[in-house]
Amino acid sequence: MEIKELLQQKLKEQFPETDFEFSEFREELTIKFPKEKVVEISSFLKSDTELEFIQCSDVTAIDWAKRKNRFTIVYNIYSFKNDFRLRLKADVDESDCSIDSVSLVWKAANWQERETYDMYGINFNGHPDLRRMYMPEDFEHYPLRKDFPLLGIPGSLPLPKK
Amino acid sequence: MDKKITDSRDIRDNVHPKIIQVLLDADTDVTIEDALENEMILNMGPQHPATHGVLRLVLRLDGETVIACVPELGYLHRGYEKLAENMNYYEFIPHTDRLDYISPMANNVAWVLAVEKLAGIEAPPRAQYIRMMVAELARIASHLVAIGSFAMDVGALTIFLWTLREREKILDIWDILCGARFTNSYTRIGGVANDIQPEALAKAKWFIDQFDENLTECEKLINTNRIFVDRVDGVGVINKEDAIDLGFTGPNLRASGVEYDLRIAQPYLKYNEVDFNIPTFAEGDSLARYFIRADEARESAKIVRQVIEKMPEGEVLLNQPKKVLPHKTEIYTKMEELIYDFIIVNFGINPPEGEIYHAIEGSKGELGFYLVSKGEGHPWKCKIRSPTFNNIQALPKLVVGQMISDVVAIIGSIDPIMGEADK
Repeated sequence: MEIKELLQQKLKEQFPETDFEFSEFREELTIKFPKEKVVEISSFLKSDTELEFIQCSDVTAIDWAKRKNRFTIVYNIYSFKNDFRLRLKADVDESDCSIDSVSLVWKAANWQERETYDMYGINFNGHPDLRRMYMPEDFEHYPLRKDFPLLGIPGSLPLPKK
Repeated sequence: MDKKITDSRDIRDNVHPKIIQVLLDADTDVTIEDALENEMILNMGPQHPATHGVLRLVLRLDGETVIACVPELGYLHRGYEKLAENMNYYEFIPHTDRLDYISPMANNVAWVLAVEKLAGIEAPPRAQYIRMMVAELARIASHLVAIGSFAMDVGALTIFLWTLREREKILDIWDILCGARFTNSYTRIGGVANDIQPEALAKAKWFIDQFDENLTECEKLINTNRIFVDRVDGVGVINKEDAIDLGFTGPNLRASGVEYDLRIAQPYLKYNEVDFNIPTFAEGDSLARYFIRADEARESAKIVRQVIEKMPEGEVLLNQPKKVLPHKTEIYTKMEELIYDFIIVNFGINPPEGEIYHAIEGSKGELGFYLVSKGEGHPWKCKIRSPTFNNIQALPKLVVGQMISDVVAIIGSIDPIMGEADK
């Protein structure tokens, strides 16, 4: 059976009560689900012997600016066994800007989530070390949000003490 | 913690308390034969000559043994992802040069391939072959710098000059090809900027013919040199499972025994038409990471030779005025082309609504671009999946338990480029 069908079938069997949204663009499969399920689904995808998505290539977020669920968290995972790349997505609203951390499932997600936190201000619950990745620790804004101006905010980056 | 922690020169003023806290909290299982009474926190970088740019490590030491390590990034953060959201797809090509500045050609190729996948177009075969050639030459150049600077980090100075001499020849080829030696910006959406000149092709051929011999000469300096081999053999070992879990890709992953190469696993360009091997090593130590780069450079030379032999004739830029900037000569003489030129320059190429991820096997590992389009001229979101960022993440795993002097060797062996890690 082809991996895409296998994936859909397995996920529906394993999580019968979860709403999955499968979509495909340019032959890349994307699976969207409610954010509460992210750790469960990730661990299942990693540990299932037929799927084995053992590497997390990337974690990032998309800021939709005006939509109801303002942010979408995107996980890009890879299965060496099936030579297949899968994208997972979960919506996060601005009023509750948090999602469970998958850094205990894939260690690589640790820094990737830190980067997402730094750039978008998404809180990853249960993350072992949620600090800023690139910006200084006392920086107050989230640069990749759409409401952050391209030229930056004057005075937001303090100059070093003399 | 009842042990006394001594600080190197006023470190608490210069290191953020949160980093110190992470260091102190790190649960460490390093056992030291005769542990000293006190531990020390040492700051290394960002202006340290052996950290390959502006990488900063904060180390917790017991005597000379590293017991915890926290890398700090961001000293070269220029916000390229933000910039990408505010410019059209063509305008971002020169910015990709500044990501991995040791192999800018490969970044150019990665970016245009991602945009082409999003727009649903494909470059003509000759352009694809040229791209393959420049990407492989970029890999050779990058590995030469990696080998040279790694050897220099552990004290072998001569080889650095020799490998840079070889790299200089590649830069000369690029000089003929696109007029720039470092920041090339040679590829275009739908093809490349100009056809490859006969001189550039001849020079590439000459380079490949003499490369093997010269690389062997460089290797002779250190391969059987006990001072070098003893220094790096068995240092910074990482096993297969950890390497995958921590996000290693590229040569570093293959040095840990995973036979995985995007050129084979998910062939892009015309890599399925050329014949080459993927060298792998099982050891996963710094020495293996050095050997694999030399072997890969040889394989790349093999690819370049085949590409030169097989290169088809034909156009190097797609003739599709709605998606691709037309040739200048056609803009001056044809009405339609002139109109589309205006539209593309002013509004961009407007790929359809959707999202794609495309990765190539860069010289450091998997270099990918995740693009989200809303059907506008500029990307709604651009995420750069840089290999170095993920490679550095594994650094604490590699250095903990090693001696302080080995940290330099380990950093050199994973070949970090901070322009890429910091974006």
